[in-house]
Amino acid sequence: MLLLWKVRLDNTLNNFQLLNKKIELLKMLRINNLHASIEDKQILNGINLKVKPGEVHAIMGPNGSGKSTLASVLAGREDYEVTEGQADFQGEDLLEMSPEDRARAGVFLAFQYPVEIPGVSTINFMKTALNQVREFRGQETLDAVSFLTFMKEKMKLVEIDQSLLSRSLNEGFSGGEKKRNEIFQMAMLEPKLSILDETDSGLDIDALKIVANGVNKLKKKDNATIVVTHYQRLLDYIVPDYVHVLYNGRIVKSGTKELAQELEAKGYDWIKEEADATTA
Amino acid sequence: MSKDDQILEEFTSKEYEHGWTVDIDSDQAPKGLNEDIIRFISAKKEEPQWLLDWRLDAFRVWSKMQEPHWANVTFPSINYQDIIYYSAPKQKVQSKSLDEVDPELLETFKKLGISLEEQKRLTGVAVDAVIDSVSVATTFKDKLGELGIIFCSFSEAVKEHPELVKKYLGSVVPVSDNYYAALNSAVFSDGSFCYIPKGVRCPMELSTYFRINAANTGQFERTLIVAEDNSYVSYLEGCTAPMRDENQLHAAVVEIYVKADAEVKYSTVQNWYPGDKNGKGGIYNLVTKRGICAGNNAKLSWTQVETGSAVTWKYPSCILKGDNSSGEFYSVAVTNNYQQADTGTKMIHIGRNTKSRIVSKGVSAGYSQNSYRGQVHVMKRATGARNFSQCDSLLMGNKCGAHTFPYIDIENKSSMVEHEATTSKIGEDQIFYCTQRGIDEESAVALIVNGYCKEVLNQLPMEFAVEAQKLLALTLEGSVG
Repeated sequence: MLLLWKVRLDNTLNNFQLLNKKIELLKMLRINNLHASIEDKQILNGINLKVKPGEVHAIMGPNGSGKSTLASVLAGREDYEVTEGQADFQGEDLLEMSPEDRARAGVFLAFQYPVEIPGVSTINFMKTALNQVREFRGQETLDAVSFLTFMKEKMKLVEIDQSLLSRSLNEGFSGGEKKRNEIFQMAMLEPKLSILDETDSGLDIDALKIVANGVNKLKKKDNATIVVTHYQRLLDYIVPDYVHVLYNGRIVKSGTKELAQELEAKGYDWIKEEADATTA
Repeated sequence: MSKDDQILEEFTSKEYEHGWTVDIDSDQAPKGLNEDIIRFISAKKEEPQWLLDWRLDAFRVWSKMQEPHWANVTFPSINYQDIIYYSAPKQKVQSKSLDEVDPELLETFKKLGISLEEQKRLTGVAVDAVIDSVSVATTFKDKLGELGIIFCSFSEAVKEHPELVKKYLGSVVPVSDNYYAALNSAVFSDGSFCYIPKGVRCPMELSTYFRINAANTGQFERTLIVAEDNSYVSYLEGCTAPMRDENQLHAAVVEIYVKADAEVKYSTVQNWYPGDKNGKGGIYNLVTKRGICAGNNAKLSWTQVETGSAVTWKYPSCILKGDNSSGEFYSVAVTNNYQQADTGTKMIHIGRNTKSRIVSKGVSAGYSQNSYRGQVHVMKRATGARNFSQCDSLLMGNKCGAHTFPYIDIENKSSMVEHEATTSKIGEDQIFYCTQRGIDEESAVALIVNGYCKEVLNQLPMEFAVEAQKLLALTLEGSVG
């Protein structure tokens, strides 16, 4: 009898834990009072942000407000030191994880300046990455044939040419090609949380549309996107659910996509004044 | 008797004064080097008189030479009288299975992706009767024999094809070429001989792997390759598996003779024991490799991947004598911990419209020193000669060194010589870009280094290239962070 009770209790506990896990997953990303510095220079001064699956958040702000720092800290770039605060990703302590484990768990950063790796083709690069990611996620690794089949599918989705993928990674790529390549990699790795760091910089309108189109096609109910941008332009194509304005390392204003339009029309000065007035 | 001869006589008879005799039945010569030792070696190998004379001549030349110290490497001076110059190939005690082999070694094999059969061969495990390496070798030998290709050990060649050996031995690397070449000429133990007849294209990669008794060539290896008119051969030396050897000094000589319209590709992967993490032990690899494009339109290509040895001193070179002949040198040299490498090439343009191409990729990590030393010499007659050199250095960390010593001598105004050099560091940016995609740091470094060396690795035969890629990763393991 006692044993039966114990089993029931265990089951209940298990169910409870499962439910808890589901709730955690629903939260995706939770940033609490995050402070970070680089070389003793304080850049982030207490960021609070919650991102749920299916949402698109835009982070805007004037130059030097800490937008790219936030993206880098979340991805785990070592130059930055987190001095205070927490960040949970799907219920786990993101800041404790190595950069590769964050990537494998589903955090993707589309770089503002994608890095060149001479002699390594995007195909080879992605095959190495995808198989390490799949291994981590408990999926079977792909052999050359199934990898290429999978790749072809994703190539179509983001409209990228195979000849580009056979070339040395990002070497001699135009700005547009680099950014499109980032979105292709995002498609390949199927992340839960994608952070696009100034993906619109250096793009003409046609390239911008193709990149945005790719991002939109990859949008699902269970993944989320953070778009970091200085201009509202990109947000015409990737429509955000929420817009946050970063200034002096803090989110000083949050709203919906209308806020972005307001910023476009009025610039950042009024936000700065408002924020400075509150702090003063 | 001339004065010189007199001195020589005195000198050599002095050696005899020591009066110690060498027991011809012994398996091992006593320590040290003198004419008696050379006679002993030659007698042991049942060599003809002309070869003994050749060795003695080399010894006399060597005795008057000084150990060179111009290379950018430092190591304690070698006591040449403290070395045993002949020891009969020992019957190795065979292990019954791989279970008896050092697990660390097996782990390395696994990382390199070396097949089980080859692992057994390398560790001296008896190979099963089904896949008998001896029979494999014999099959190859039959096939080559039909085409008239000779591929055998050097000792065998001396016995079976003395006229060929006599004609070409020392024709590319003369006895007096340098200190280590002279030493090798005096005491060389064994090696390989390869002869491709006129108009024959060797249908397979010739690898010492397929030659029986290749394992015991000893520390003074001698290789001679002759390619007759309009022939072709691709030759592989070495292997990616780590090679340990109780002999610290290795002084090999490789000579290649390429006739008109013929082509020789020579690939090396060298992975001798580099010493431990603190720079203790390790092989001194002091090698002379040279080929001559003797005929018009001849082509010689060297490709090397150097990851082993404590000290490497090696300059595979091309003498471009025939008109329109061409020489190539593709090199990857990786040094880690306390390794030192001074390696490069010499391209000597003698014929008209001769072409040469040098691609050297150095990777240094740890506390190692990696030098490229190359000479491009365009002689007066070499109208229309062309050279392109590219020397890249990649540094990992800030305690290692990369050096470039290019020498360019031009005697003909119509020639065109280009030299490009770059030095770079593996960027943290590059590593972060990889890790952000889910690739761990070690794999990231391997990926970046392999990409950097791709141009050279592409020159290797396919199977070799795959192993070499893994080898690069293995050599640099633990060098980041």
